[in-house]
This record gives sequence, C-alpha cells and structure tokens, in this order.
Amino acid sequence: MLDTAAVVGIENPAIDWHAFSPELVLVGLLAVLLLVDAFGGERSKWAMPSLTGIGLLVALVPVATLAYDGNVRSMFDGAFVVDNYALMFKALFLIAGYVVVLLSTNYIAEGDYWEGEYYQLLVASLLGMVVMASARDLISIFVALELLSIPAYMMAAWRKRDLGSEEAGMKYYLMGVFASALLLYGMSLLYGMAGSTLLVDIAESISGTEVPALVALAVVLVIVGFAFKVSAVPFHTWAPDTYEGAPTPVTAFLAVGSKAAGFVALMTVVLVGFGSQPQLFEPLIWALAAVTMVVGNLIALRQTNLVRMLAYSGVAQAGYMLAPLAVAGFAGSGASSAVEAISTYLVIYAAMNLGAFAVVIAVARKTGSAEISSMGGLFSYSPVLAVCMTIFMFSLAGIPPLAGWYGKLAIFLALIEPGSISGYVLAVIVGVSSVIALFYYARVTRVMWVDEVPDGDTTAIKVPVSISAALVITVAVTVVVGVVPQILAAVTGSESFLTLGG
Amino acid sequence: MFLNQFLLLAAVLFAIGVYGVLTRRNGVMVLMSIELILNAVNINLIAFGTHLSDPTGQAFALFVIAVAAAEVGVGLAIVLMLYRSRRSIDIDSVDQLKG
Repeated sequence: MLDTAAVVGIENPAIDWHAFSPELVLVGLLAVLLLVDAFGGERSKWAMPSLTGIGLLVALVPVATLAYDGNVRSMFDGAFVVDNYALMFKALFLIAGYVVVLLSTNYIAEGDYWEGEYYQLLVASLLGMVVMASARDLISIFVALELLSIPAYMMAAWRKRDLGSEEAGMKYYLMGVFASALLLYGMSLLYGMAGSTLLVDIAESISGTEVPALVALAVVLVIVGFAFKVSAVPFHTWAPDTYEGAPTPVTAFLAVGSKAAGFVALMTVVLVGFGSQPQLFEPLIWALAAVTMVVGNLIALRQTNLVRMLAYSGVAQAGYMLAPLAVAGFAGSGASSAVEAISTYLVIYAAMNLGAFAVVIAVARKTGSAEISSMGGLFSYSPVLAVCMTIFMFSLAGIPPLAGWYGKLAIFLALIEPGSISGYVLAVIVGVSSVIALFYYARVTRVMWVDEVPDGDTTAIKVPVSISAALVITVAVTVVVGVVPQILAAVTGSESFLTLGG
Repeated sequence: MFLNQFLLLAAVLFAIGVYGVLTRRNGVMVLMSIELILNAVNINLIAFGTHLSDPTGQAFALFVIAVAAAEVGVGLAIVLMLYRSRRSIDIDSVDQLKG
C-alpha cells in the first residue's frame, strides 16, 4: 500500500488514544445528542439532560484511568500534554458541566426553550474547555478558546425575544470577539518572533537577555485578550450585563467554566511561555490584579440584584486569582506556588459559586426575581436553602472552616513566599478587599435570616431533585475542602503538576 | 524579503480595525472592523511563515479563517435577532441593563 504521508515527506504523528479519550467521549456524546434530537422527535426531549449528564460522567472515567496511570503524556511535539494539571482541570470542567446540567434541567424544560440544541452547545463548549486544559501551543489554545466561546455566545442569548437576554448575548459576543482578535494579533507577533507556535519553543527563543520590543507588545496583547475572558477590570464591563441578562444556569456556566478556562489558558501561556521573562508580564498583571480586586468589591457593595452582585464578586475573585501570577516570576518556587494557589482557588471558587447560583435558581422559581430583597425571610420558610446560601456566602467571604478560607490562605502564601515588596503590597490589598467583600456577602445573609418575607407568602419552596443534587455536590465540596484541605493540596501540590519551561 | 511592508500593512489594518470597533455604533460595521483585525492577523501569519519558510504560519492562518467564519455566522445571527426585536442595529440602543 502506498503511504501518502511518506510520499509528501511528512511523518504521521503518533497518537496516544488513551490520552485523547476524554475528548473522544465528549465528541461521541455530541454525536449521540445530535442524532437523538434529529430522529427522536418530541418524545426524546426529556432524555436530553439525562443523556448529557451520563455522558459527562462517562468522560470522567478516562480522566480517572489517566490519573491512575500517572505518566505525563505528550503528543504532537508537545502541543497537547496530559499531566496532572491538565487532568485536574479536565475533571473540574466535567464536574462543573455536570452541575450546570443539573441546574438547567428544569429551567430549560419549563421555559419552553430549545432543549436539544442547548445541551449540544453546552457539550461543545465543555469540549473546548477540556481541550484547553491540555493545550500547550498557540494554535490549539486559540481553537480551544473559540470552541468554548462561540457556543457560550449563543447560550447567553438563549431566551430569544427577551430584550435582556439578547443584550446579554450581544455584549458578550462583541467583547469576546474583540478580545480574541487582540489576542490573535499578539499571537501572530509571538509566532513571528519565536518562529514556532509551541509554548516551550517560545520560552526558549525569548529567554535571552535582550527581548525585542515586539515581544513585549505581543505579551501585552495576549494578556489583555485573556483579561477580557476572566473579566479583569478594566475589561470586565460585559460581565454584569451578560450575567444579569442571560438565563441563570448559563450565567453559572459562564461565571465558573468560562472563567476557569480563561485562567487555565492564562496560566499556561504566561508561565510556560513567558516564565523566563517576568519583567514582561509581572507589572501588567500586578496592576490588573490590584485594580480588579478593589473595583470589583467596591461596585459589588452597592448592587441590589443578587446576580449582578455575584457578577462583581466574580470580578473581585478574578483579581484574587490573578494576584499570585504577578509574583510568579521570582526564581525557583514562585511559579509553582502560584500555579498551586490559582488551581486550588479555581476548584473552590467553582464549587461555592455554582452553589450560590443553584440557590438563586431555586429561590427564583418561587419569587421570580433575583433581587436581594426577594430573599427576605428565606430562613423562615425554606431553612435548608437559607443555610446552603449562608455556607456559600461565608465561603466566598473566606471565613473558616469553609473552603474559601483555604483558597485565600493559599493565595496569601504564594504572595508572601517570594519575599518581594510587590508581593507584600498585593497581599495587603487582598486582605483589605476581602474585608470590604465581607459587608456585601453578610448583607445577603442578614436579609435571609432577619428580614421579613416581602410578599408575606411563606409556602416552602419545592426544590426539584436535580437542583437538590447540585446543592449536595457543591455544599459537600465547599465544606469538605474547608475542613480537610489536604485532599486538594495533595493534587495541586504534587510533583510535576505543571511542567514549566523548556 | 519584504517582511516589513507586510507587517506595516497589517499594523495599519489592525489600527483601523480597533478604531472601528471602538467608534462605530452600527452592529454590522463593528463586525466588519473585527474582520479587519483578523485579516491583519492573517497577513502577519503568512508573512512570517514565508519569511521563516515555516508552514505553521499558513496553517495557523487557515485556522483563523475557519474560526472567523464561524464567529461571524453567530455574530450576524445575533445582529439579526436584535433587528427583529428593535428595528435597529445601533448597538447604543441596546441598553436595557445598566453597565
């Protein structure tokens, strides 16, 4: 047989199917959902969320076998790497996706929205995130970023003919596309300067003492592009409007999945690609982190809508997570402790934020509103929901023994460890803004426990099974990680968590 | 090689695109401006690829073209949806939610 690859003079890349299997399961799931939706007729609609949920759990199986196997697998000259870092984030995205399916089940079915397409887009977006966790090359990072973003633009505008949802979709789309255009321009310059799209090659080519000015411009454009994605101030303006206008389960998905994927990409690019030249990215990220924390928390203080408040709280949390990157370049352990702190915080942030949105969705089923005042007297008629929300709010504020405090502790340690002035100053800013944040988280709690029920209707909220399941998962993670943080630290602190440099 | 001329052309296109995104209020014009930026990226990638005699640049440009098509498809759908409900594609008229 004639080998065409040999004739044109290229080698067929070796493909490790085991390393690819989580992605393959998701592609298979997408195909099954498409076929069931196309040929199953109306009767198949109810099966969509169950099929999606089962498929996502099946995709976790190869993640577990790869983790058990423990080898670092690298394909396509190192463009696609499966290490513990990639596996942990693949697991995080799949579980977060599963929780989002649980949150969406009743919302999408009862709202008479397009059910089949919704779950297909959700799975497509998750596929982009799962690929992103392994991407170590500009092209694969770009393709993964677009694969996770484009379905999310459509999901934000899911409530067609609702002016708020249309606006949410349009703002998210314009900001997202503009950000990826800036990012791409930066990437094209990086490719030209380094002569390769692989992050390790880029690291090698810029490791000299003299860095061309174009590389500095490229680094700034790339960081700005990702800053839009993780909603860092001053590139956060889309976030509150999109979060408020989009369907609430989609908001939960954007606030957790999309933001975490942005952070994964930012961490990989900055630390693997630019790690050897900290003076290029540290000042910019320092300023972004400081402004993001302070502005996010101050604006969150005067929000009356719970979803908008959570949006600004998400902005502030993005600032906490950016902070360790600003001191990551200090020789030796700086980078690995930054990766450890950010990864830890992302897992905890995902659990507590998804949980808070689960409560918002459950309460809105009765009150039809996401205003903070509509939560009044929640404890008197639905004590379990009120206790759950209190747990999430206190965890977001960072009060022990809930998971949030451990995340903050990891960030403080990462900031203090290099022993630099800039690290200490940033640690102080984290501390001060956490105190500011306590006010608005505590206000929600006070409204639930102390205030009167606004309309006097004290019938208990009927929480659907799927939302209860989501609450059980998120409460369990929030409490268990807070009490026994060693579980998480064992993963994020493991040797060769993220292979840095070339 | 004439690398500089290509890079300058790309930089000018990029600047025009960014200016357009920031100042134009017509939804379709904003999409066109974003396309300008993406084409600046493609010129950069192909010029660098040719200069370095490395096919990766051209492969990257193909990916950018394919993804940009998908993006604009979604973008035009969103603009059309706005037009149906508001009879206008002025993005300043989309201000239900306070930014």
